[in-house]
Amino acid sequence: MTTMTYEQAMEEFDPVFGIEVHVELNTKTKMFCGCANEFGAEPNTQVCPVCLGLPGAMPVTNDKAVESAIRLGLALGCSIRESSRFARKNYFYPDLAKDYQISQYDEPTCYEGSLDVVLDDGTVVTIGIERAHMEEDAGKNTHVGGTGGIQGADYSLVDYNRGGVPLVEIVTKPITGMGARTAEVARAYVATIRDIVRALDISDGRMEQGSVRADVNLSLRPKAVAGESQDDVPFGKRSETKNVNSLRAIERAVHFEAARQASLLLGGQPVVQETRHWHEDTSSTTPGRSKEEAEDYRYFPEPDLLPVEPSREWVEELRSTIPEHPAKMRARLREEWGFSDLEMRDVVAADALILIAATVQAGTTAQAARKWWMGELSRVANDREVALTALPVTPDAIAELQGLIDEGKINDKLARQALEGVLAGEGSPAEVVASRGLEVVSDDSALEKAVDDALAAQPDVLAKIQDGKVQAAGAIVGAVMKATRGQADAGRVREIILQRAGVEG
Amino acid sequence: MSEHTVDWTRATAARMADALAAGEVTSVELVQAHLDRIAAVDGPVHAFLHIDAEGALETARAVDADRAAGKELPRLAGVPIGIKDVLVTKGLPTTAGSRILEGWIPPYDATVTRRVREARMPILGKTNMDEFAMGSSTEHSGYGPTCNPWDLERIPGGSGGGSAAALAAFEAPLTIGSDTGGSIRQPASVTATVGVKPTYGGVSRFGAIALASSLDQLGPCGRTVLDTALLHEVMGGHDEMDATSLNEPVPACVDAALEGAQMDLTGVKIGVVRELSGADGGYQAGVTQRFDESLERLKGMGAEIVEVSCPSFEYALAAYYVILPSEASSNLAKFDSVRFGLRVEKTTVEKTMLATRAEGFGDEVKRRIILGTYALSAGYYDAYYGSAQKVRTLVQRDFDAAFAQCDVLVSPTTPTTPFKIGERIDDPLAMYLNDIATIPANLAGIPGMSLPSGVAPEDGLPTGFQILAPAHEDARLYRIGAALEASLTAEWGGPLSAQAPELEVAE
Amino acid sequence: MSSLERSDVARLAALARIDMTDADLDRLSGQLAVIVDAVAKVAEVAGEDVPATSHPIPMANIHREDEVRPSLSQDDALAAAPEAEDGRFRVPQILGEEA
Repeated sequence: MTTMTYEQAMEEFDPVFGIEVHVELNTKTKMFCGCANEFGAEPNTQVCPVCLGLPGAMPVTNDKAVESAIRLGLALGCSIRESSRFARKNYFYPDLAKDYQISQYDEPTCYEGSLDVVLDDGTVVTIGIERAHMEEDAGKNTHVGGTGGIQGADYSLVDYNRGGVPLVEIVTKPITGMGARTAEVARAYVATIRDIVRALDISDGRMEQGSVRADVNLSLRPKAVAGESQDDVPFGKRSETKNVNSLRAIERAVHFEAARQASLLLGGQPVVQETRHWHEDTSSTTPGRSKEEAEDYRYFPEPDLLPVEPSREWVEELRSTIPEHPAKMRARLREEWGFSDLEMRDVVAADALILIAATVQAGTTAQAARKWWMGELSRVANDREVALTALPVTPDAIAELQGLIDEGKINDKLARQALEGVLAGEGSPAEVVASRGLEVVSDDSALEKAVDDALAAQPDVLAKIQDGKVQAAGAIVGAVMKATRGQADAGRVREIILQRAGVEG
Repeated sequence: MSEHTVDWTRATAARMADALAAGEVTSVELVQAHLDRIAAVDGPVHAFLHIDAEGALETARAVDADRAAGKELPRLAGVPIGIKDVLVTKGLPTTAGSRILEGWIPPYDATVTRRVREARMPILGKTNMDEFAMGSSTEHSGYGPTCNPWDLERIPGGSGGGSAAALAAFEAPLTIGSDTGGSIRQPASVTATVGVKPTYGGVSRFGAIALASSLDQLGPCGRTVLDTALLHEVMGGHDEMDATSLNEPVPACVDAALEGAQMDLTGVKIGVVRELSGADGGYQAGVTQRFDESLERLKGMGAEIVEVSCPSFEYALAAYYVILPSEASSNLAKFDSVRFGLRVEKTTVEKTMLATRAEGFGDEVKRRIILGTYALSAGYYDAYYGSAQKVRTLVQRDFDAAFAQCDVLVSPTTPTTPFKIGERIDDPLAMYLNDIATIPANLAGIPGMSLPSGVAPEDGLPTGFQILAPAHEDARLYRIGAALEASLTAEWGGPLSAQAPELEVAE
Repeated sequence: MSSLERSDVARLAALARIDMTDADLDRLSGQLAVIVDAVAKVAEVAGEDVPATSHPIPMANIHREDEVRPSLSQDDALAAAPEAEDGRFRVPQILGEEA
């Protein structure tokens, strides 16, 4: 069989792809019960009769999840259905407690939207959104024996803590005409969704924890021949690669699948319409379990739940809370802040954009905000191995800290000590400055005494200064700073030294 | 202290409540009397799947102590009750009549269970039922049939045969039932007891093991209309754990029953549904006769009788036997051997599920799951489930039109008196016909009651009179029902249940 | 509408995860075919113009506040499990040897 590269595949074929993204919402509780929606608890401790699927239990919809889904739909340019409802998707699987998933089928809450995706070179691609619907997550299977995977396992263990966590599934329309940029577009699309859900504050957007998960559908069709429109060429058979859970993996999955399918097609073999598993370690996909029959999910309206009918007023109120498109906001802020492309890219990569924006909002200059978040705070986050957003300090506190410097109450060195105190939970910057006694000594009489002491101790230096060697004053400044434990304003100290020496600065 | 001559098991719940309040009897005595009666007759009747003697006595003792201490207590505090095994009871086995749940002890209480506990009613035990409430005879219980106390060779109706038989055999003064297509009303009819299916959403379904979620409704069962009303008010009311629960006050059932007992129905218009009466509908002669006599009594109390037509009822049975199996096929998927219940261990989880469900479910459950799976499957949904939902709309429209002409509708509850155990077990369609008159109410969500209308002259077995009211108008059932009951018992010299043949008492 | 065949019942039973022996299929297929034929009449009466009724009492927007309620303890959650291990429900292997 011919083995094709992605690039070769794209020369020979026209790719068509679609992406389904599952977003786990950051509501306090699950979709249909009051169990906590938190990652990382002991197994089966965030479960109740509802999410364990015990006989008799009934679901009740989380209003915050509905709100989040509608806001997400609005951010994706979707129409919001006046009356939508839940449906049961029936299939047996041990991690699905009720052996049906409550989802939405023929009447999703959000439908027909579009999303602009900005590629690295600034190209804007518009992705059609088919729908965004609410559903519940399944529990988690752990496989024991063999290599730890599902295949070859001796048995499996099920934890239902994740079962019933609210999800929004976003489904694109088929995306065509991207050619060799398909992988890049796929990646940028998922990155944009992730940025949007974070900006909306409806999900933590952590792909590594599965908060944002993607399934990638891809098919290849022949390129149109002369005189034929590419639109008239029918789609090929597609594969659906499940659970591709990093941006890099999305790009790689597209590469792998395109090359695999092209190799098959050029070798005269058919592509099988199937589900495939993504393997991060080998950057490849393998077929899912072959199904003896097509899945028949027997969808029907969920009889335990009533229709969702958001009022027009409420939808408009929610629309007013939709933040700016992340890529557009980045372009605007870069302009406003005067950052270079490189600076901006670093800020985005460090997840510092929102933090800097909030710090600026609180009254600091963009450069000062960037200095703190990309400098000292990034270093601390790195040391502690946590995300910048997870540090126990708010943009308001950073703005306050910078304000103290600007007012001359503290200097940079003292500010770092104050920040240390803030991170240690000792209070606001002003409180830490007060409690640790970090304020710059600005009382001239105290400084004058310290300068006089230092000059008396080093008469040779005084002589040099009086000789016109003004730079020698540095030694006295150092001595004064030491004596005042760094709390003196070095500029003012220098002025006093020169005054005392009878030299004009 | 009560006298030895008083057999408290024969008393009404209302009388027991009054006697408790007056200090004539203690709750422990009442509970013990019923436990004794259960021990004496439940062998052959088999109304109960599980008896909680110690739990019931404990509640009784606590109620007696509180009463002695002068604490204020709910009206039915200390009056014992039986709960259909479809309701989840924390710490008490709950099986819904299925072997697949044998031995399951729920970690939580159904909302109605909680309300019964809050009403301080001692729970005698869990009553038998057709497996997952699928049936009209209780023959489909995974634990053996319940027998009709009127004739132990006959069925007590179903699915709530246990709850009805427990009343008819004087094993409990009150029981709880669930009605998906008649499972409260049809057993009431064939055991000469009273049963009410409230408006859909009037009683919380949280913790009731679901058969068909859009049809199921829990309701009260008693030997008199007033007793049933008292229990209705304990069970009913809004529950935030059930999204389909009505957020409105509990209907004033007790007041309506007291008003009805005055036997004045002046100004009340009663509609007779043409499609639910007459010999051409397969109605037994004695059933029709007792129904007609009851109509005359209502007329005699001042009611006006009109005839109404509900042409879509012809399709109701078919729609019901599409919607119910469809929803049930999904509701019963959770019995998969993973988290609770039976497991028949095989090499893979799929084979284990296949084997567990094959062994744990009875034939009727399997039939309906297959039927529902079919009706929902790709390519058939529109023809079956979709069409059935439309028939549901037509049935609702028929009711709307009928209630525009009258206050309540009436019919015989079920076409025949109780048939013999085994007679229809292999003919599902014949079995389904038992529910022809009760099913339309479930499709439309409206409330319905069955109360005794006498025994059929040809076989001496009970016949039932059904009253249907518009949604939210449950109180009307109690007013009309109490009036008819007052008129009939005046003639009988007491409730019809007292005429049941004496059961042989075990030593 | 065509009646239900034995092979249909076998397929549906697999979909519904109920093992059926030949004897089961023989017994249930005939009964099911009769029932299916009887209920097929639902398609006769309601036309395009009739809306479907999913809920008997029409209501909408019945939601709950996003407030945490107590969960079960792990012991209570696992108490009825046919088999449990390490705080989790244990099930036989999901994929068979052939996979």
